[in-house]
Amino acid sequence: MPEAMVEILLVEDNPNDVTLTLRTFKRYHFSNRIRVVYDGAEALEFIFGTGAYAGHGFDPTHRVILLDLHLPKVDGLEVLQRIKADPRTRVIPVVVLTSSREQCDVVERYQLGVNGYIIKPVDFEQFTEAMRQLRFRWVLLDPPPILPSTPGA
Amino acid sequence: MWAFADLPIKRKLTLVIMLTNLTAVLLACAGFAIYEWMAFRRSMVADLTTLADVIGATSTAALAFEDRQAAAEFLAALKTKPHIVAACFYTKDGYFFVGYFRLGGEAECAAEPGPDGSRFEQGYLVLYHPVVEKGSRIGTLYLESDLRAMQARFRLYIWIVGLVLLTSVVGAFLLAEVLQWRISAPVLALANTAKMVSERQDYTVRAAVLARDELGLLAEAFNVMLTQIQERDVALRKMNEELEQRVQERTAELQAANRELEAFSYSVSHDLRSPLRAISGFSRILLEDYAPQLPDEAQQYLHIVDSSGQRMGRLIDDLLTFSRLGRQELTKKPIATADLVRQVLNDLYVEQVGRQVEITLGDLPPCQAAPALRNALKYSRQREVAHIEVGCQENDGERIYFVKDNGVGFDMQYANKLFGVFQRLHRAEEYEGTGVGLAIVQRIVHRHGGRVWAEAAVDHGATFYFTLEGDPPHARGDGRNPAGRR
Repeated sequence: MPEAMVEILLVEDNPNDVTLTLRTFKRYHFSNRIRVVYDGAEALEFIFGTGAYAGHGFDPTHRVILLDLHLPKVDGLEVLQRIKADPRTRVIPVVVLTSSREQCDVVERYQLGVNGYIIKPVDFEQFTEAMRQLRFRWVLLDPPPILPSTPGA
Repeated sequence: MWAFADLPIKRKLTLVIMLTNLTAVLLACAGFAIYEWMAFRRSMVADLTTLADVIGATSTAALAFEDRQAAAEFLAALKTKPHIVAACFYTKDGYFFVGYFRLGGEAECAAEPGPDGSRFEQGYLVLYHPVVEKGSRIGTLYLESDLRAMQARFRLYIWIVGLVLLTSVVGAFLLAEVLQWRISAPVLALANTAKMVSERQDYTVRAAVLARDELGLLAEAFNVMLTQIQERDVALRKMNEELEQRVQERTAELQAANRELEAFSYSVSHDLRSPLRAISGFSRILLEDYAPQLPDEAQQYLHIVDSSGQRMGRLIDDLLTFSRLGRQELTKKPIATADLVRQVLNDLYVEQVGRQVEITLGDLPPCQAAPALRNALKYSRQREVAHIEVGCQENDGERIYFVKDNGVGFDMQYANKLFGVFQRLHRAEEYEGTGVGLAIVQRIVHRHGGRVWAEAAVDHGATFYFTLEGDPPHARGDGRNPAGRR
């Protein structure tokens, strides 16, 4: 088997939204490892392996980033820009979490190479559709919950 | 005469002068001609009378002694007067005595003499003249003369008149051409000045005042008017500039205000949605995870919480759309109406999963509209119906689109409230509309320069009509009646 498990990095500052999202994953038995960071600065540190996460090598092939735009410290758009600007991290698929369809259009206009959009709240259909678009099919398999999903932080 | 009025002044003056001249010459010639004619007749008569006297005097003896031959000889002497066509003597008793007839002529003498005197008869001058000897009449002499001399003279006269006329016409023409310049030149100058002013919009030009006559007055008045116009023109320009500036300032203000509003509504909607997600999301979680532990009533309440949150989300969306519509530019382009409707129905159909909806598309010619029209169609439908008809009809050359359904309709009494924001004619829990939908439709249609209205009957469905500006009347008409025929 096993392809390596895809790790989902959820960047979201609103604790309610985080709770709802994690519940969705739990309910539908998505067995991925989910890591949550609550602000833009921490997100960048985690992704680039700097600051508090220095020394943790990261493997871009195993990550999907769910990125909310409204973040403290470093704004979501800036995080997005930095991810897509750096050749090491450019390949990581980023799915932007928006609050409305209009916001999708607004972000799309910046042409930053967003790989998908999910309108909050993150529900089953949108998430699976987004993953399907990214060809992360193994996300949809429903193996027994060997690896407990540990919410990060 | 009608064309005369449109001739240039030059021509008019020339024509008038020539006409006057011609009339004068004609009248003069006519006068002379008539006088000549009368004088000539008189002189002809006088000549003939004299001739008759002479002949009569010399032939008294022949007549008295009734010497026919002598008399005939005397008459024959008339050969030398070629204009005499016939001559004869009558005796004092009134009998024909002897006659003379010009060679080649067909004249004859009457059997009896006519009354004395001369007459012009049938193209000849005839004279009955008494022959008198020693105071008593011894006979009558008849002389008949042709009028060739007079005719010849008359012909000559006509030639002369003609020549004179021709000369005078030419002379008058030349003179007129020269003289009319004195009048028409100032007029033309003024006319040219006026033309120049109106063509070039140049109000600094002034007319030349060439004389102290009425034309000069005209030119002066003209100049005064020009000065006034010039001053007003300058004032107008200044005002325009000021206005332009004010408009620009105002526009800038408005644009700034619009941008602020856009940013405001954007952030408001974003911030409003966040707690809404929590409300709907967590109530749903409660329902999903704790359903077994919750009494039915509790579940029902949670359900209400969830659906209210959803509704509020839709409300926010609709309000945002509504507000944005007021600020956007509308670019129109021709679209295939039928395709548009199908697209919209596809969008809507996605929401209709599980429900049976029958849709009939009528004849839909292409129209000019902006993409916002999609929304109009989307919202003009009430979501609860099972049968929808979308079509188009002609009415008085206007193209009217309609969306008809067989839902519950509404009471026409409240029709005027239909399009207000948040106005609804049904109780909230019965149907899902947000109340903003029709307001959005109205705004979109109005921005297209059209009208929108509705007709319905309770429980018999409703039909929403709208027109768009700038649709050319289409040749094919359905001829279907609107109101509620279904």
